[in-house]
Amino acid sequence: MAFDEETNGFKVVGTRPDRPDGIDKVTGRARFGADVTAPGMLHAVIIRSPHAHARIVKINSSKAEAAPGVKAVVTRADFAEGLEGENWNILENLMAGEYALYDGHAVAAIAATSSLAARDAARLVEVEYEMLPHVTDVDDAMQEGAPVIRAGAADGSVPAGMHPNVVRCHDSGHGDPEEGFAEADLVIEERFTTEATHQGYIEPHACLGTLGPDGRGELWCCTQGHWNVQKVCAALLDIETSKLRVTASEIGGGFGGKTAVFIEPVALALSRKANRPVKLVMPRADVFRATGPTASTSMDVKIGMKKDGTITGASGVFRCQGGAFPGAPMEFTAMCGFAPYALKHVRQIGYDVMTNRPKQAAYRAPGSPMAAFAVESVIDELCNRLGLDPIDVRLKNASREGTKANFGPSWDRIGLVETLEAAKEHPHFSAPLAEGAGRGISCGFWFNHAGETAVQLALSEDGTVQLSVGTPDIGGSRASMCMMAAEELGIPYEDVRTTVADTATLGYNEISHGSRVTYASGLATIEAARDTVKKLCKRAADKWGIDAEAVEWREGCAIPSGPNAGDFDPMPIKEIAGRMGQTGGPIVGHFEATPEGAGVSFATHIVDAEVDRETGATTVTRYTVVQDAGKAIHPSYVEGQYQGGAAQGIGWALNEEYIYDEDGRLQNAGFLDYRIPVASDLPMIDTVIVEVPNPGHPYGVRGVGETSICPPLAAIANAVSNAAGVRMQDLPMRPSRILEALKARS
Amino acid sequence: MRYHTPSSFEDASAIAAAATGVTRFLAGGTDVLVQLRSDLVTPDDLIDIKHIAGVKDIARHSDGSWRIGAAVSGAELAEHEALIAEWPGVVEALELIGSTQIQARCTLVGNLCNGSPAADSVPAMIAAGATASVVGPEGTRELPVEDVPTGPGMTSLGPGEVVSAVNLPPRGECGGDAYLRFIPRTEMDIAVVGAGVSLSREGDTIIAARVALGAVAPTVVLVEEAGAALVGSTLDDTALAALAGAAEAACRPISDKRGTVEFRTQVAGVLARRAAKIAYDRAGA
Repeated sequence: MAFDEETNGFKVVGTRPDRPDGIDKVTGRARFGADVTAPGMLHAVIIRSPHAHARIVKINSSKAEAAPGVKAVVTRADFAEGLEGENWNILENLMAGEYALYDGHAVAAIAATSSLAARDAARLVEVEYEMLPHVTDVDDAMQEGAPVIRAGAADGSVPAGMHPNVVRCHDSGHGDPEEGFAEADLVIEERFTTEATHQGYIEPHACLGTLGPDGRGELWCCTQGHWNVQKVCAALLDIETSKLRVTASEIGGGFGGKTAVFIEPVALALSRKANRPVKLVMPRADVFRATGPTASTSMDVKIGMKKDGTITGASGVFRCQGGAFPGAPMEFTAMCGFAPYALKHVRQIGYDVMTNRPKQAAYRAPGSPMAAFAVESVIDELCNRLGLDPIDVRLKNASREGTKANFGPSWDRIGLVETLEAAKEHPHFSAPLAEGAGRGISCGFWFNHAGETAVQLALSEDGTVQLSVGTPDIGGSRASMCMMAAEELGIPYEDVRTTVADTATLGYNEISHGSRVTYASGLATIEAARDTVKKLCKRAADKWGIDAEAVEWREGCAIPSGPNAGDFDPMPIKEIAGRMGQTGGPIVGHFEATPEGAGVSFATHIVDAEVDRETGATTVTRYTVVQDAGKAIHPSYVEGQYQGGAAQGIGWALNEEYIYDEDGRLQNAGFLDYRIPVASDLPMIDTVIVEVPNPGHPYGVRGVGETSICPPLAAIANAVSNAAGVRMQDLPMRPSRILEALKARS
Repeated sequence: MRYHTPSSFEDASAIAAAATGVTRFLAGGTDVLVQLRSDLVTPDDLIDIKHIAGVKDIARHSDGSWRIGAAVSGAELAEHEALIAEWPGVVEALELIGSTQIQARCTLVGNLCNGSPAADSVPAMIAAGATASVVGPEGTRELPVEDVPTGPGMTSLGPGEVVSAVNLPPRGECGGDAYLRFIPRTEMDIAVVGAGVSLSREGDTIIAARVALGAVAPTVVLVEEAGAALVGSTLDDTALAALAGAAEAACRPISDKRGTVEFRTQVAGVLARRAAKIAYDRAGA
């Protein structure tokens, strides 16, 4: 195809230069959320509910206000009233109103002249609670008689007769699964559960805010999307959006968890009250208790298969618990599970369920990894019982260009089959297994997103380029932006500097989420560079006295487009830049749009695992990620995304979980007992980049950050189940659970 | 908070004996400072014993016994080849604690006096037959390590008493020890179960053995029946089964976020067997 050929002749794209932020990060020069100070700055502490569910009878802060160094105390009364929709949810979450809805729910905040003074004063705030019954488990929360988190929270999508904690419902599919099951040689239906897991970013949320009595403010914060922070803060504090300028710090990990707003309006409210800058840094325990983990789930999946591996029908019910607010990603869970397969009969139902837990937040492909765990486990079991090859079965049923997706539309150009074929050819798939080891395969799917995007590309007088983007760099995107700008302009990578601009500098940029940045900011960068090239050509044309259309841009120079255009020496970018003040003024290219065409992405993972049958301990011994990147701009950082998704998936599958006691208090609000994998827990994670270009991007880019975490839960569970000889249906597969399963089988 | 830097254990003891509030002795600080920062324990008197002469010494006496000062770090222990040659189990137990940074600070005495039932070095010390030198208002006494912890976070030390060193007995001929713990990860975790075994052989036959278990009871426990199950055997399957049975029978664990009663009990037997095999091989080497 012409498009494929066009995307193969790159000079910069596809190489592996060092990232521009690398030296700052390894030398400590990079400034993260907590790394800034301001003259007269105060330190803030948030006071949180120790109860899972309680009515707040009274808050008495008079002793705290009189304590040494205290300059301001805020409660819900210090925020905007009359909010609706998600703004009300965000406010209710970051500062409780009438009810404390989970262990860790904020009820008040203090700003003082030192963090020690603020901590001491926090103990003097008297909060009177009236205890209420609570529920933290998704299935329990749907049972008759379960405590109601908030009456009337359900929308019109919920069928009549369901518990009020079920607040949204998704129902999609086509055909008749019952008809499909009737055609099958084997039908398997099982229940699967997954616990809530935290994104586990190393940098806690932190910000420094100033808001004066005139309603004008500045905010420095660690976020994946500072325009969103600006918008939310303005709403919650009842100020005009443009009066608050927000700058995004370097970010020490986000994975979706820093798309939400938790502390910034609190710092600004304290600042407004004290008329001083306020710094707020979340302690780690607060990060676990009060920022969003992903949803926990309970899922029933039923699939029918013929002896030849044809899937005849599939259905699933996906119940997602998202804490004390609506928003669990149940529609994505429902839509993603069966997406890899072309199905005649399929139906998927999702439920969004409220409990007394923190408000869930996005975590890398929200909802999809759990769905893949349930669906791909059933497919693995079907393959085992029918004696079929797990890759051949997936290839036989794979979604392809033109087939109808399980949730409606027909697929555009997609690369699932290519990942399966690459996995089958990979030496890992045919390598002999050690005695007692097991191998697991899984596919995974994520939509990817585009979103509102604005960039600006300004030429300096020496011919180097300053590129301003509005998407915080959460995965090496500045390197990719520099590369795409350099590719278009025909200049060296080192001649482009990419900066994440503040909210006053560019038009609205959506959050860095949905694996959108390399796609959308990349597309915008290419278009802004092309806009710049037009302007550069015009300057050369004016100098030569020919039409702008008669000038081309090649290898960093303006040249006449052909013999008829005239005989002029190439005019390099540096020459045009050096004279731009005299030839019409600054040269700046820009692009603003909401692009459409973020191509979806599929992956196939292969995992080998060994299980210690005496202790239940699992060792992941080999791991291979095969994923469609569309076009890998910087292959090293694409591989890094693949490995990172697999690593987080290993933690989620084996040991990470939110543990609540019977009082609904979180038992493991720290990295000691919330067990993310350490380096020695992981094998070297091999990667294969498949490139099936996305027609919706000039270079064929698809987002890669999220798809990589979709297959791991299932692939690891399949490997462990095959090693242990018993199907593991509940995550995490902690050692005690494996021993129990082994005991139950024998 | 008052911070003290006494130059002798007698002075340290006197400061502690005179104190009326919460008192903590500070060596590596890997428990004390963490508890301070997380608002769990805020001492009124913090007594830093690192300035006392000899606290960083590792000494081997002429009879083959050892004295390890209260501020000797895991990293220092791990570089002491002569000690590793005789007591590899004690050294590997302390070495398991925390990260490289923690290893530069953490100590045997601190691990003991923190009173955690999950302390990694304590089962190894108990199996080894180690004692603690205690300095107090009434003078100095020597206490078997297993008599120090009395419950989670509690010890038998009286007001003003401070542990100045840990003493290991002479290893003798054909002896070996080992410590194993179970954690869900490979590093940076707290024992769900720990097992220390020390034994001596005469030819292929075990002539003495001590077994201690961690994280399966309110304190680290010396399981005399488990040691007895090994004596006289060549560590054959019958002896190993008897060892595991005795170890399981000694377990009185709780179910918590780190493990269940059933899991801890089963794995205690498994680890005791595995540690015994390592100790047996080391004793024969």
